[in-house]
Amino acid sequence: MAAIYSLYIINKSGGLIFYKDCGSAGRMDTNDSLRLASLWHSMHAISQQLSPVAGCSGIELLEADTFDLHCFQSLTGTKIFVVSEPGTMYMEALLKHIYELYTDYVLKNPFYEMEMPIRCELFDINLSQAIQKERVALLGR
Amino acid sequence: MQFFGGSEISPSPPAPTASGNNAHMMYVFNRNGICLLYREWNRPLRTLSAQEDHKLMFGLLFSLKSLTAKMDPTSVEKGNLGVPQLPGQGCSFHSFRTNTYKLSFMETPSGIKIILVTHPRAGDLREPLKYIYNLYVEYAVKNPLYTPGTPIKCELFNTTLDQYVRGLG
Repeated sequence: MAAIYSLYIINKSGGLIFYKDCGSAGRMDTNDSLRLASLWHSMHAISQQLSPVAGCSGIELLEADTFDLHCFQSLTGTKIFVVSEPGTMYMEALLKHIYELYTDYVLKNPFYEMEMPIRCELFDINLSQAIQKERVALLGR
Repeated sequence: MQFFGGSEISPSPPAPTASGNNAHMMYVFNRNGICLLYREWNRPLRTLSAQEDHKLMFGLLFSLKSLTAKMDPTSVEKGNLGVPQLPGQGCSFHSFRTNTYKLSFMETPSGIKIILVTHPRAGDLREPLKYIYNLYVEYAVKNPLYTPGTPIKCELFNTTLDQYVRGLG
């Protein structure tokens, strides 16, 4: 069964603005998630420098032994990445959908300050719904 | 921990397909970060000098391993970020893909890291990497004139490697 373990959103400077844990074993406290997000931001940038061909836009998929990490970078530099079970399909579509939710419920919110941590209830609700729908859809396939 | 037991004494390469060069480059590092081998077959873009490129590659892999060990969602007991991991300890990644290349990585229990950079649509290259490690053992390590920990300068190893990589469909 395919599952999403956690979701991170980082701003263009590499700071973590949103983190959601959907069932990974073991605790990850705030500091750790902040450090991991910044580390990912740097690794994403370095991978562009090591490309043998011009036009690299950074890591899109990282495959490890026990998880896969899918990353989506918007044109503005905001990165959304999700830690999922190995072999989970349709993650790119989910990431794009989450980006749409981000633009609708976060960016269009007049009280939201750019690059600050996201504290929008409607975004949380819709995000949970999207992840739930994805889980149900994947079970059905 | 993975062990590469059960290999033949002289490995026979699979039949080559006529697909030409589809690997860009390859690195082999030892546990101290010394680049033992750098082979380049197709690299249009070179942003840094060779030394800096090797250091950056090694640093990237070191940090990515640290990140995957910490980010592992299935392990309860994780070390702190930045603590050097022993080979085989903690979750490690085996490949990452960008829009322009795919990097496949393998680390042996002795700390030898083999990195192969190919086009992004390449499949799972873990078996080819194990085969390349066997080539390294046969042609480089068993060579009595080769000093471990120094860059590999074995002509036979290079030609066999080129032949094998060219045959990777």
